[in-house]
Amino acid sequence: MQPLTFWQKLYIPEILRGMVVTTRHFVTNVLGRRHTVTQQYPEEPTYVSERYRGRHRLMRKEDGSPRCTSCMLCATSCPALCIHIQAGEHPDPTVEKFPISFTIDELRCVFCGLCVEACPCDAIRMDTGVFALAAYKRENFLYPRNLLLGDDEPVNIAEGKAPAH
Amino acid sequence: MPKKLTIDGKEITARDDATIIQAAHESGIAIPHYCYHPKLSIAGNCRMCLVELEGRPKLEIACNTPVADNMVVLTDSPKVVEGRRGVLEFLLINHPLDCPICDQAGECGLQDYYMQYGLYHSRFQEEKVHGRKVVDFGPDVVFDSERCILCTRCVRFCKEISKTNELGLFERGDTAQIATFPGKQLDNPYAGNTVDVCPVGALTSKDFRFKIRVWFLTETRSVCPGCARGCNINIHHHNGHVYRLKPRQNDAVNETWICDEGRFGYKTINDNRVLYPHIQQDGRLQQASWPAALEHAIEALQAHAGTAVGIVVAPQGTNEDSYLLARLASEVLRASHVVLYPGVPGYEDDFLIRADKNPNTRGAQDMGLPAPATAAQLAAMAQAIDQGTIKVVYAIGVNLAEAFGAETVARWSTQLDYLIVQTSNTVPGCEQAHVLLPSATYAERDGTFTNFQGYLQRLNAAFAPRGEAWPAWQIYTRLAQGLGQDWTYASAEGVLHDIAAAVPTYAGLSYAKIGDLGYSVTQES
Repeated sequence: MQPLTFWQKLYIPEILRGMVVTTRHFVTNVLGRRHTVTQQYPEEPTYVSERYRGRHRLMRKEDGSPRCTSCMLCATSCPALCIHIQAGEHPDPTVEKFPISFTIDELRCVFCGLCVEACPCDAIRMDTGVFALAAYKRENFLYPRNLLLGDDEPVNIAEGKAPAH
Repeated sequence: MPKKLTIDGKEITARDDATIIQAAHESGIAIPHYCYHPKLSIAGNCRMCLVELEGRPKLEIACNTPVADNMVVLTDSPKVVEGRRGVLEFLLINHPLDCPICDQAGECGLQDYYMQYGLYHSRFQEEKVHGRKVVDFGPDVVFDSERCILCTRCVRFCKEISKTNELGLFERGDTAQIATFPGKQLDNPYAGNTVDVCPVGALTSKDFRFKIRVWFLTETRSVCPGCARGCNINIHHHNGHVYRLKPRQNDAVNETWICDEGRFGYKTINDNRVLYPHIQQDGRLQQASWPAALEHAIEALQAHAGTAVGIVVAPQGTNEDSYLLARLASEVLRASHVVLYPGVPGYEDDFLIRADKNPNTRGAQDMGLPAPATAAQLAAMAQAIDQGTIKVVYAIGVNLAEAFGAETVARWSTQLDYLIVQTSNTVPGCEQAHVLLPSATYAERDGTFTNFQGYLQRLNAAFAPRGEAWPAWQIYTRLAQGLGQDWTYASAEGVLHDIAAAVPTYAGLSYAKIGDLGYSVTQES
């Protein structure tokens, strides 16, 4: 440690010098002369990069049905084993199969984005920008097909009261 | 006269009537092929097995060229690789390349050989020929003509093995396709094998379609418990759930085939299981712990050992189970009635399917259990229960309602002091039990079955028993321990060790000696 100089050893002047810096910031911020870096989250939405990997969503074909062909490549590449797809026979013989159920366990998900990389149909994306998943029940983190497609809103903080502590 | 030839610099001796592909496969050299199948006639139409023969200007197909002395075969020369690549390019011209949604992906001959020999960029600019999709061939088989490479394995199977001739090859050129003959359905008892022989995704099984991608599956070698034949199978499972059974080659028993009844027999492993011990309380069966359930059973057996215990068992158990049960019945319980209930005989044919729907009738008798009971013997047992000479019945894997009649069994809950039912699936009559013991299914345990020919074959545990089920040998061991015996078996293999010492025809056997293809216990006698 550097030895203190005589001026520093006097203590009071250095304290006052520090207070001057603090006071200057206080005054400029209060008077609004300078832009603050603090974000007023959650009152103000924060900036999310386009490439940010948020909660998943499923894409649709032009006719509105899910793009997913339930090839399970996302489930295969998933390191957290959080994607559960149940495939079914499609009425149209040229389509082969489609996902009867498509569930992502967002609590298990590590948001690595390998499912998006693996998908040959661009059926799954992580571009929702949603990163603050919250719910009172674990089951509410199992995102079924209708939530991922955006048909319904997820049940989360809005639901019910906070559990008694 | 065996022929001596050289394949890839390796000198081999081949059977006189062998073709190059057979000689190569027998000496461990792989030659790619689609239409060739060891148990079907030679078609020679896929051209994938091209090899170079020294002294011949053109490549020859290995599947239909007989071996000759001093033949020099090259299976991997640049010329051969180039040839195979060309063949593959032709085969893939009209192939839809829908691997991500094709059920065969992961076990497809086209994928495998493309990675080995293809790896080209498609030069095909034209519109692919579109064929029929999702064509219903029969109860279990779905056909996709776009994926078909017209190898005719399925056609030959129906002609030569099942001898039912449902399938044919129709039309020519790029409209050629496999189809069922008008008015026919692919519904023979062996139809599922056409899906197995299909090297691509043209024939898929309705039962397995879309359930799971094949790369998630684990294979475990086992034996089909559907009838006395004991076809060799691989159990394909994932996370304690069985998805399908595939036949495993064993030329002495089932060649490479399996009947559809056996193929779909896996459902009992997944469904209708008894997973926890139950004790009858307040008029209904309630889940209990093993120690509590065993205590009830042991108390009842102890009270009536020597005189009034009846045992009725289906020959569904392994040799290990049967051996311990035979000892339990004779040495420990000294049961007055031991009945081997073989069930109702079923359909039989002259190929694989046997009328005896039990996997181990022969083995059970080898292990000291009695011969299958006649109707008179069953009636005698029912009468003994009516008269009160049997006070405790220990039923193992038996459909009691079928064996004795539902009304008779309904009376037992009051007539008997105790009814112990041990089963892996809920069966009619098990709800009458005073104590219900869950046993592991054949997929969850090691063991051996002896088929009707005397082939001793191994089962391997695919996964740990579901719920709290125990393999039967373990239940017998714990019962015997509770009844004052010093049995210390810790594994099925340990039981076989004792069988090898006690049963003359099984002398000296171990799991290692039985191996994957079984061991004939008739050889010694």
